[in-house]
Amino acid sequence: MVSFGFELLDSKRIDYNKSDGRLLNEILEKEPSFKRCISCGGCTATCTAGSLTNFNIRKINLMLRHGQTEGLEKEISKCMLCGKCFLVCPRDINLRNVIMLIKKGVLKYNTEKKKI
Amino acid sequence: MKQIVTIGGGIAGIEASTTLAQMGYDVTIIEKDKNTGGKMNEWNVLFPNERPATEITDYLYKKINNSNLHILTGTTISKATRKPNGSYSLLTDKNEKLHADTILISTGFEPFDATKKEEYGYSIYENVITSVDLENMLRKGQPILTSKGKKPKRIAFIHCVGSRDAKCGNKYCSRVCCVTGIKQAIECSRQLPDSEMFCFYLDIRMFGLEWEKLYQSAQEEYNVQFIRGRMSEACENQDESLIIKAEDTLSGLPLKMKVDLIVLLVGITPGKGTKDMASMFSLEREENGFLHIDDPHFGKNYSSKKGVFITGTCVGPMTVDETLENARSAAVEIDNYLTKIK
Amino acid sequence: MDIPFFAWPFLLGITFIIVFFIIISIIWITGLSGIDRVRIRKNFFTVKTFQAIWEVFRESLIHRKMYKRNPVLGYMHMSFAFGWFLLIVVGHIEAAVHYHTLNFPFWKSIFFRYAETNPPVTFIAKAFSAASDFLLIYIFSGVFLALYKRFNSKPFGMKKTTHLKTGDKIALIGLWLIFPTRYVCESITAGIYHNGSFFTQPTGNFLASFLPLQSIELASWWVYSLSLAVFFFALPVSRYMHIPVEILLIFVRKYGVRLKKHVNGYTRIQTFACSRCGVCLDSCQMIKANINNSQSVYFLKQIRGRKLNDEQLFNCLLCGRCQKDCPVGLDLNDLRITQRIESTKTYNSKYDYLKGGISPQADVVYFTGCMTHLTPSIKKAMLNVLDYANINYWFMDKDEASCCGRPLMQAGQYEAAKKLIRNNTEKILSSGAKILLVSCPICYQIFNEDYKLPGVKVMHHSEYLLELVNQGLIPTIKLPVNAVYHDPCTLGRGSHIYEPPRELLKNYLSLIPMKQEKEDALCCGGSLGNIKIEMDERKQIRDDVLDTFKSYNPDQIITACPLCKKTFAMGTDIEIHDLAEVVWKGISRKEHLDKKIRLPI
Ligand code: SF4
Ligand code: SF4
Ligand code: SF4
Ligand code: SF4
Ligand code: SF4
Repeated sequence: MVSFGFELLDSKRIDYNKSDGRLLNEILEKEPSFKRCISCGGCTATCTAGSLTNFNIRKINLMLRHGQTEGLEKEISKCMLCGKCFLVCPRDINLRNVIMLIKKGVLKYNTEKKKI
Repeated sequence: MKQIVTIGGGIAGIEASTTLAQMGYDVTIIEKDKNTGGKMNEWNVLFPNERPATEITDYLYKKINNSNLHILTGTTISKATRKPNGSYSLLTDKNEKLHADTILISTGFEPFDATKKEEYGYSIYENVITSVDLENMLRKGQPILTSKGKKPKRIAFIHCVGSRDAKCGNKYCSRVCCVTGIKQAIECSRQLPDSEMFCFYLDIRMFGLEWEKLYQSAQEEYNVQFIRGRMSEACENQDESLIIKAEDTLSGLPLKMKVDLIVLLVGITPGKGTKDMASMFSLEREENGFLHIDDPHFGKNYSSKKGVFITGTCVGPMTVDETLENARSAAVEIDNYLTKIK
Repeated sequence: MDIPFFAWPFLLGITFIIVFFIIISIIWITGLSGIDRVRIRKNFFTVKTFQAIWEVFRESLIHRKMYKRNPVLGYMHMSFAFGWFLLIVVGHIEAAVHYHTLNFPFWKSIFFRYAETNPPVTFIAKAFSAASDFLLIYIFSGVFLALYKRFNSKPFGMKKTTHLKTGDKIALIGLWLIFPTRYVCESITAGIYHNGSFFTQPTGNFLASFLPLQSIELASWWVYSLSLAVFFFALPVSRYMHIPVEILLIFVRKYGVRLKKHVNGYTRIQTFACSRCGVCLDSCQMIKANINNSQSVYFLKQIRGRKLNDEQLFNCLLCGRCQKDCPVGLDLNDLRITQRIESTKTYNSKYDYLKGGISPQADVVYFTGCMTHLTPSIKKAMLNVLDYANINYWFMDKDEASCCGRPLMQAGQYEAAKKLIRNNTEKILSSGAKILLVSCPICYQIFNEDYKLPGVKVMHHSEYLLELVNQGLIPTIKLPVNAVYHDPCTLGRGSHIYEPPRELLKNYLSLIPMKQEKEDALCCGGSLGNIKIEMDERKQIRDDVLDTFKSYNPDQIITACPLCKKTFAMGTDIEIHDLAEVVWKGISRKEHLDKKIRLPI
């Protein structure tokens, strides 16, 4: 079997009702430009980490929107913060800030979950 | 007789001016180039029905011959003085004085300067060309060849170059490049039936009534393939072929593709002529650089200044048919205006 | 002991502040690393101590650097610091001369006019008394400037004065009262005993004409002493704490202590040594984009107040302009990076997907850098030149290579950056190359600062191309082009490479000198150092810089960084080139003229 992208997703379909939007909301609040993504894929195409792994920064956006934060911590840690993505983004999204916010936020929510 | 001066002798300028002349006005067209016709002279065939561009210019020249108007080619305006009643006295660079009861600006567009998107390699890599270059090749009947003189086995058409791109400051959609790209892919495919054509798109915007058909025929009859993803950059191989980096966003995987020719579907930008005229007549411009229109529904030919009318692509991206319509509507608006001011 | 009661507040205040400062210095110095403490011990009894004293005199008293940057502001600070210092020194000498001994009660030199009411008779005594009056006037000139600054900060070149806290206000009131009250006390005493000089005596006589001076004399000295006490007690919680801390900083720095990648005593010293002069606000281009809450002065204030938040910490271009202008000489870039390291250390990446491997053998490793892949014109020019000069090179990051790690470092991801550094180091060293050639100043800086590459010389392409020219390996031709050269922040202020690009370019075109060059170069606005800034704000900074360039009417703008080039390119119709492109264009032109071979353009 080929592995398509990364496996954040256990289930076969997106269940918006179960989705956890806290991380996304926090990120959108701190980096509103993230709302503007049109999923053009430019960022993933140019991505330095993406040329070495199956890291897909655009898909992380989608996953967050679907509220899927499982496995995100490991996934986001692949980014090298090189900044190519924000140089090609046609919507001027400040992706490096998004990445740093995910890195920090995901940790926070994971520890919260563990406590529960 | 009321006098009108039209600045810009492209298709919008000619259509409006000839219409006005036939209504009985004294019209003068000022054109900076040697010939009238503007960008239409560089085009081969038009979408959606592959009508040769010469049919449009022929139609316009016939109209010119049937109307009584003055055309000053190779001329630009060097000074404009507004009078209290809203009329202008103009001075050309050849020191001719003109009186105008009203002005019509139809300075048109410039294709986006693709060298600005350095990562796409235009003017760096030999085999990266723009849709304008390709159209010129097709018009002159030149065979489509790579820099090494070979038939390209694979051609990629890149959508939205210089449009919908905040990095270039052009946040708008140029409206014509999707359909132009598909039209050109079909033309290339006809000339090179064994080669592959790929369109890298963000959205396919085929809003004209017949256009979706064109899209479908590109898929069915010409085997043009569509990949949803924006090219991030191109690199060159030793043999001058190119590698495209993009993401196939529908499958969510990055993609690398070796191609022999890249065609950048460059967008419509307000040209220097438009900018110059805006400052000469102190017209407002939008953030995107196009001339400000007074009202998006009722005042599409009105500029921010009374007595100065605007038409064609100096206002925003338009197709050829829309431009001609817009020009005729400008003629009507000017007629209304001149009748009222008496 | 015959110490008058009114002197006690002052004596307590000064004792308090001295003890406080000694304790805090001990805490900070013990907070240094072992090696740094050894450094201090070893250098203590050397000439370094004298150098430090000299520097304290120059910077803490005379404020030479501030004066250079802004004469009015410099004068203001100097009149306070140097004036007060002289007042104390003169007071002591006066007392020593008067008592013919150095062993006189301390309070007497501070409240000398109160203690010795006999009018000065000898010439020397008169001179002393005139000197202290003169110094009082000198300080007053500074007080007036300071008052003026409160209401109108324009003449100081400052766009914005810094905000005040409560502690600042109390200390400020104390400070402002000290000199006027001293003036009043001395005048009153002079009015009674005729022991004043040209400034205090006439005032005293005037006051005597309508006030019962005898009955208010003591009260006025109380006020003076209390003002001093207020100032000393408020000092630790006020901005004026920087005065003693700066002195400590000068010594510690002289002894060779440097910032580390983690917070330690030296970080604290630097943080508290900031004088809140606000010079850094003036240097900062982010003001152009209306970002005015994260500049160095605010950032340091937040650390001191333990209120640092990510929004401000990461909203800085790390352009180094404020660091260059800071009169205290704080390492503002590294201070910020250290804080970023602290703030992000719980989430560093491991990059266990990175693979080692055997590199091809070559003389030169060419590392173009992530950014340069988005400016293929630079990349192609470099490869063409290397081929032309017949260099045996290995293009390390042609595809599928990792980043140099500098952007991670700037974001505080130090542990993560170390992983990339290790991986890249392995690859570079195993190629056996003697030269690591880089096209991106961002990479250049980290290769120089944080990589250990024994036997490998790291060269930015400006240095390398110059060497090729000097060795006669590539031809030169001077084209009729007038250009301005933009120093990229990381190459200029970051790595101090100012001359090689200029020397190289002079072979191919004419350079127009600018005011905003070398150390004073502007930042293009594109810097990766800022994680928070929005693209629109970057564009505002960029447009402002482009306007500056335009005022010099250049045919071309030349830079030496792919990121600068990319940032500028979209904002202007003036041609923007990297110097590698200039060189390659020159070579092709020359070859074309000589008709030797056909070259790809
Ligand atoms: S480049 Fe920008 S707009 Fe395109 S997918 Fe990435 S984030 Fe979204
Ligand atoms: S910053 Fe991260 S996500 Fe963006 S291109 Fe670089 S590695 Fe990829
Ligand atoms: S018409 Fe198509 S190619 Fe042109 S800008 Fe719009 S979406 Fe992009
Ligand atoms: S950081 Fe330096 S320049 Fe800025 S306020 Fe402090 S001392 Fe002044
Ligand atoms: S480093 Fe540059 S951007 Fe940051 S505060 Fe200093 S001057 Fe401003």
